[in-house]
Amino acid sequence: MILIVAEHSNEVLSKSAYELAQAARQLQSEMPEAGEVTAVVLGSNIAAAASAAGLIADQVLVADLPALAQYDAEIWSAAVAQIAREGEAQVVMIAGSRSGREYSPRVAVKLDAPLLEDVIRLHHEKTGEAGQGTLRADHYTFLSRVTEHIEAQAPAVVVTVKPGSFAPVAPGSTPAEQFDVDLELPQSRLKVTGSIKEKTGRIALTEAEVVVSGGRGVGTQEGFAQLVEGLADQLGAAVGATRAVVDAGWRSYSEQVGQTGKTVQPKLYVAVGISGAVQHLSGMNKSKCIVAINKDADAPIFKITDYGVVGDAKEIVPAILAELRS
Amino acid sequence: MRILTLIRQVLDAEESVRVRDGAVELEGSKLVMDTMDEYGVEEALRLRESGAAAEVVVVAVGPARAEESIRTALAMGADRGVHVVTDVALDAIALSAVVAQIARDEGAELIFCGGQQADWDSQALGAATAERLQWPQATWTSQLEMKGSTLVGKHEVDEGSETFELQLPAVVTTQQGLNEPRYPTLPNIMKSKKKEIRKEILETFGAVPRIKVTGQEIQVKERMRKILDGKDAAAAAAQLVKMLREEAGVIA
Ligand SMILES: Cc1cc2nc3c(=O)[nH]c(=O)nc-3n(C[C@H](O)[C@H](O)[C@H](O)COP(=O)(O)OP(=O)(O)OC[C@H]3O[C@@H](n4cnc5c(N)ncnc54)[C@H](O)[C@@H]3O)c2cc1C
Ligand SMILES: Nc1ncnc2c1ncn2[C@@H]1O[C@H](COP(=O)(O)O)[C@@H](O)[C@H]1O
Repeated sequence: MILIVAEHSNEVLSKSAYELAQAARQLQSEMPEAGEVTAVVLGSNIAAAASAAGLIADQVLVADLPALAQYDAEIWSAAVAQIAREGEAQVVMIAGSRSGREYSPRVAVKLDAPLLEDVIRLHHEKTGEAGQGTLRADHYTFLSRVTEHIEAQAPAVVVTVKPGSFAPVAPGSTPAEQFDVDLELPQSRLKVTGSIKEKTGRIALTEAEVVVSGGRGVGTQEGFAQLVEGLADQLGAAVGATRAVVDAGWRSYSEQVGQTGKTVQPKLYVAVGISGAVQHLSGMNKSKCIVAINKDADAPIFKITDYGVVGDAKEIVPAILAELRS
Repeated sequence: MRILTLIRQVLDAEESVRVRDGAVELEGSKLVMDTMDEYGVEEALRLRESGAAAEVVVVAVGPARAEESIRTALAMGADRGVHVVTDVALDAIALSAVVAQIARDEGAELIFCGGQQADWDSQALGAATAERLQWPQATWTSQLEMKGSTLVGKHEVDEGSETFELQLPAVVTTQQGLNEPRYPTLPNIMKSKKKEIRKEILETFGAVPRIKVTGQEIQVKERMRKILDGKDAAAAAAQLVKMLREEAGVIA
C-alpha cells in the first residue's frame, strides 16, 4: 500500500493532504502492484477529517485516540511506523510541514527505510522483481538554489513532500471505507508548557496566491502595518516578513519567510524594503513573479526580481495603492 | 555531563553555488562551519561555563578539510573533536547511525545539531539520531536553559511557538536566534592548536548511504529584471501596476 498521513487542523483536512493524495495517485499509476492509496488520520475527535480523507483515498485508517490529541514527534512516529509495518506499506508519504519533517526521520529509522526529504517530484521505476523498484525524486538543496536528483530503493521508503509541489486532488463523491486502528503508543517526553498560536485572520502564508512581505526597509513597526499590510489588504494577500523584522519584534515568527521560516511559492511575491539575503531568498525564490521595492539599486533582491522599483517604500507603496484604487 | 555538538562544513552563505558536470563544485570556494551549527557550539559552551556541563566535544563526519571547521569550534572554546574522515556523502538517516554510535561511545547526554544546514537543506539528522538513541528531541530551539537535568526552552512549530521541558538525555536542534555565537579569540586560537582531534574511519561504523544522489543542477528561474526608477513615485507606480496587470497578469 501507499500510505499518506493526512494532516488536519480544527477538523479540516489540510491542503497538504490533497497534495499528498495527488502525489500518491501518480505513484500508484506507476506502481499498481503497490495497491491502495491509504490515508492515515491521527488525532482525537477527528470524524470530520476522517470523512474528508475518505474522498481522496482508497481506504482510510483512523486512529481516534485521546493520546493523539496533541502532536508529538515520538508518538506520531510510533503511530505511523506501526501502521506502515502492519500494512506493509511500500511508500509512506508525509507532508513537508515543520512537524512532518520533524517526525518523519524517526519513522524512517524505525522502519529501517531511506528518507527522501521535501521532494517536489516523485517517480517509481521498476527495477528487479515485483515489489522492488527505485523511487526517484527531486528536491532543492544549497538554500534552494540547487535541484538535486535523488533515488532510493523500494520497498519501504519514507517521503516528505514539499508543500505546494503537487496540485491538490479533487475529492471524489463516494467515501472510501474507514477502519479504526488501535495503536501502542509511547508516552510523550517533550512536555509542552505553553503554546502561542499566531493566527492572523488572513489567508495562510503558504497557501496564498499573493504574498506581500516587508523587511527592515519599511522603517518601523507602524511603517510595516501601514505599507505592507495596506498593500496586502488591497491585493487580498498574505503577509510575510524577514528575519530582521521578526527579530526586531515588529512581526510574529509565523510570518517569517526563509531558511528558518516558511517557504512560499505564490503567483506574485512583493518584497518591500527587503535586501535579499540568501536565507530569505531560499524561502521565496520559486515564486512565479517577484516584485521588489527597494531604495538601493544594488540590493541583491533585484537580481531575482521580475518587476522592481528603485525608490523609497514610503513613497512608492502609497503611490501603488492609489493606482490600484483608481 | 558531556555535550556533543555536530558540525558541518558548508559553502559560505555569501558564495555563489557552481555546478559542473552535474555536481556542485566546492573547490576554490570559501567553506565555513554552518551558521546553524555555530549556535549549537555556542550554547554548549555556555552550558559548560554555567557549570551545567563538563565537556564539549565537537563531531564532524566529512572529508579531510572538515578539520578546519572542527578547529574553528575548538578555537571558540570546545574541548576536543572527533572527526570521522570520509569522502562518502551520507544522507541524514545513514549519518545518524554514526553520530548515535559516537554518542554512546562518549557517554554523551546532550547533542546539539543544526536545524537545517545550508548545503543539503535537510532537517532530519537530529530527529534520526534521537530515534536511534531512543532519546526525546526538541527541534528549532530558540531559547534554552538548564534546570538540574531538565532542559527548559522555547521552540518554533507550524503555527507559532511552544515552551517546553525535556529531561536529559536529549537531542536539541538549533537555529538563528538561540544566541549570538562568539568569535574565537587569539589566545583561544593558540590553545586550540593543542587540542585533540580524534580521527576515525567510516568503516568502523558500518554506515552506508541509503540515498543515491544522481545529479545536481542549478535551475534559477530567469527573471525579467524590469527595474523602474522611482524618482517620480506616481509614474513608477502607474507603470508597475500596468505591467503587473497587462504583461504579467498577476493582479486584477
Ligand atoms: C542561519 C540563518 C538563518 C536565517 N534565516 C532567515 C530567514 O528565514 N528569513 C530571513 O528573512 N532572513 C534570515 N536570515 C537573516 C538574513 O541573513 C538577513 O539578515 C535578513 O533577511 C535581512 O532582512 P531585511 O532584508 O529585512 O533587512 P536588511 O538586510 O537590513 O535590508 C533592508 C533593505 O531595505 C532597504 N531600504 C531601507 N530603507 C528603505 C526605504 N525607505 N525604502 C525602500 N527600501 C529601503 C535597504 O536598501 C535594504 O536593502 C538568516 C540568517 C542566518 C545566519
Ligand atoms: N537563494 C537564491 N535563490 C534564488 N536565486 C538566487 C539565490 N541566490 C542567488 N540567486 C540568484 O541567482 C543568480 C546567480 O547568483 P550567484 O549564485 O550569486 O552567482 C543571481 O541572479 C542571484 O541573485
